[in-house]
Amino acid sequence: MSSSNYDSACLPDLLPLYYRRLFPFSQYYRWLNYGGVQKNYFQNREFSFTLKDDIYVRYQSFSTQTELEKEMQKMNPYKIDIGAIYSHRPNQHNTVKSGTFQALEKELVFDIDMTDYDDVRSCCSAADICCKCWTLMTIAIHILDRALREDFGFQHLLWVYSGRRGVHCWVCDEAARKLSVAARSAVAEYLSLVKGGEETLKKVVLTDPIHPFIRESLAVVERYFPRYALQEQDILGRKESVDKVLALMPEDVRKELQQDFQNEKKPENRWKLVKEQANRKQGTAKRGQYFEKEIMLQYCYPRLDVNVSKGVNHLLKSPFSVHPKTGRISVPMDLKELETFDPFAVPTISQICEELDRPRTEEEKSEDTKEKENEKDAAERRKIRDYKRTSLAKYVKYFDQFLEKMARSWKGELLKKSDLQKDF
Amino acid sequence: MQFSSRRKKYNTNSQTELYLHPLQFYGQPPLENISLSEFEAFAVDRLKLLKTIENLGVSYVKLSEQYTKKLESESKALNFLYRPDADDRKSSGPTEYEKRRKDHISHFILRLAYCQTEDLRRWFIQQEVDLFRYRFNELHPKQKLEFLHRNNLQYDTISVEEKKALQDKLVNSSYAVSGITVEDQDFYKVPFQDALDLVRTRKVYLKAGYVFIPHQDIVTIVLNDFRTRLSKALALTARSLPAVHSDERLQPLLNHLSHAYVGQDYSIQKNVGKISLEQIDSLSGKSFPLCMRQLHQSLRENHHLRHGGRMQYGLFLKGIGLSLEQALQFWRSEFIRGKVDADKFDKAYAYSIRHMFGKEGKRTDYTPYSCMKVILSNPPSQGDHHGCPFRHSEPELLKQKLQFYKVSPSGISQILELVKGMHYQLACQKYFELTHNMEDASFSLNHPNQYFIESQKVLGGGKDLKREMDIPQRSQENSATRGPSAAPEAAANASQELAEVTEELDSFFQDA
Repeated sequence: MSSSNYDSACLPDLLPLYYRRLFPFSQYYRWLNYGGVQKNYFQNREFSFTLKDDIYVRYQSFSTQTELEKEMQKMNPYKIDIGAIYSHRPNQHNTVKSGTFQALEKELVFDIDMTDYDDVRSCCSAADICCKCWTLMTIAIHILDRALREDFGFQHLLWVYSGRRGVHCWVCDEAARKLSVAARSAVAEYLSLVKGGEETLKKVVLTDPIHPFIRESLAVVERYFPRYALQEQDILGRKESVDKVLALMPEDVRKELQQDFQNEKKPENRWKLVKEQANRKQGTAKRGQYFEKEIMLQYCYPRLDVNVSKGVNHLLKSPFSVHPKTGRISVPMDLKELETFDPFAVPTISQICEELDRPRTEEEKSEDTKEKENEKDAAERRKIRDYKRTSLAKYVKYFDQFLEKMARSWKGELLKKSDLQKDF
Repeated sequence: MQFSSRRKKYNTNSQTELYLHPLQFYGQPPLENISLSEFEAFAVDRLKLLKTIENLGVSYVKLSEQYTKKLESESKALNFLYRPDADDRKSSGPTEYEKRRKDHISHFILRLAYCQTEDLRRWFIQQEVDLFRYRFNELHPKQKLEFLHRNNLQYDTISVEEKKALQDKLVNSSYAVSGITVEDQDFYKVPFQDALDLVRTRKVYLKAGYVFIPHQDIVTIVLNDFRTRLSKALALTARSLPAVHSDERLQPLLNHLSHAYVGQDYSIQKNVGKISLEQIDSLSGKSFPLCMRQLHQSLRENHHLRHGGRMQYGLFLKGIGLSLEQALQFWRSEFIRGKVDADKFDKAYAYSIRHMFGKEGKRTDYTPYSCMKVILSNPPSQGDHHGCPFRHSEPELLKQKLQFYKVSPSGISQILELVKGMHYQLACQKYFELTHNMEDASFSLNHPNQYFIESQKVLGGGKDLKREMDIPQRSQENSATRGPSAAPEAAANASQELAEVTEELDSFFQDA
């Protein structure tokens, strides 16, 4: 399905339509209100908007869903970011005594950006992505999702496509929202294996013993490595790539393999030779014995920006925000369909606006007449039905499922609270 | 109900019971009356101890032999040292009980002084955690366990079956955990938020939000718990501060304490005019630390220094005793030899020199930079000569420089080893030892001016320094001295002494 040609110049016309008829406000509010378990949770949340002409406004906050809707429909932001829950209403922060206005809680978030992999992908660079390198995101999501759930015990994870070249993860568990800066940084460090900038050649170094987390992550990488790295990225095919891979090995191994590669040209077989060398090396030397694992990790393991995850007050792009450059909506991702997720099939704002104007089906027409009889909720229902008529539907549906699961935990909390307040 | 008078020494109140134990979490504040002088003295002593800890922590690896030895001697000197097994019969001087009481009270006083801002809290917590780490480490294993239980660190242990099931994972998660460890020791299930250091470095097995820690590693947990409790307590203390501040006896002292750096900050010029400009060249080779020697050499060679270098070197010169007049003359004569003419100097550079001496702008009397400041802030870039050569120079260049300054090859390699281990101040200390032909510097280097003074002491300048302590008024009109120089009657009067101490303390933290 091709998305209608998106032109960022059309945003001023498309955004009003999007915010009036498509943006899923009630689900959005349901999420950020977290069941009303904590007082003023929604009211003290910071939003920031990027408006036309790059005007950036921070410390936006809203008392109710209606107020949020009205403001967004008035301002038509090009970009929406979500920040922390503060001690006071962000839009009143100037009236608060200095030092007392503080960021208290926020979801634990992760940002995986394809540009961080530029040194290991040959198909694209910078802001470009393609279906070949998208596998990196798939790998990242598998590894991080497993670790956050199984190692850290988090349950409510929302993965979101950023709209251009990466994915975000919002960990919404209560325990996650209450994490300190130090704790967030510790979690991010635990999940970091690829270290070093431009000057570092060897970005992954493994030592004995290999932590269970690394083993689990390797298991995921190994599933994708043959097709992704050996075939699609052809890291052992073209000369420059081969040299780069060889540079990551101990010198003696490198020399031998350089020889062997003269006679063996097929990447799969070359990798077999690498693994044989690795097996021989294992147990002999202290360093460099895991070089083949290190290579796989350097080429495939997720690279996250620790700074994004560390700060309680860090602002991150909101789900269902539009990406101004590509027009794509930042949609939640259903991990059950992760293998078939295609970032180029994600609807753009022009596409869904166009879908709105499609002639209605018979079914929809009959529903319309039924509703005219019940005017009160008609507008509301029409709005709800609107996104359902577009490609946005399945993403909102998935978001609903995510919220439903979380809601069960809120109910428990509310019961607990009311119990505490009851007099006996 | 009266009990028999068998318990003679201590009456049964919880506080004295507290002092029976070698270590505490400072959960309960002291509940007694003390005199103002005890209040002040205890607080100042603890501050000195914490400052020692801060300095040692930069110079040595924490809990290394040198670190613990030096900390032990300082604790002793300040009457803070108590052994895990209190044996009052042996020691003379304050009893263990009295030392622990002092520890308890002084901690809570400093809380009052250090709860007010984020920076102060962070500093206080860091030093108290390091102190706690040292003391906990000194406990016997049994005492450690006892401490845990007494302080409600009721982490659950996992069953033998669970241990068996997780054995491989446990062994593979930590270098220190072997199959035997798993068999022999209890493993505690701890929420990951309580063991962040272990999680961050992936040194522990993590499952469903819990880490599994062998008994031997429980100290990390304890430290985190201590840090958290203290952090919360400080936040609470801050709220009750207005009530405390309304007591006018306490407020001035608390303010002094929180701005204090107990010890020398070299801002108060004690020997103004002692150094003549002609001496500087030879002094730079003999008594300047490497950073200042380098800056001086660059200044002489290029007849110029950029701002960072002017600040670092200029304040140092002020600290060793250059007067404002001398400083102006010094910089001017050098700059004129370069591309700067007299007019331009007077217009552009003289202002900033006067600024350094507190004669311009907000008239802050800037303090010469400590080693920590030089090492950690404002790293030099292309064309700069400031910073700490041990930290900021490429090892090759540093080696060449040391060779040029005629340091022996073995000395150079010792220095480079220390640099590799990031012990920059130790490297400079080693440079001191090598250039002064000494085995052990017998001081802990943390300030370039301290280097200068110690060097002068060794080279026989000691008499000058001693003399200057007795000399009252300095008639130099341009000296930037304040406070104590007006009343240094070497008074034995306790309160006057205290006034001096507190005024001295006051002048720190005016760092540029």
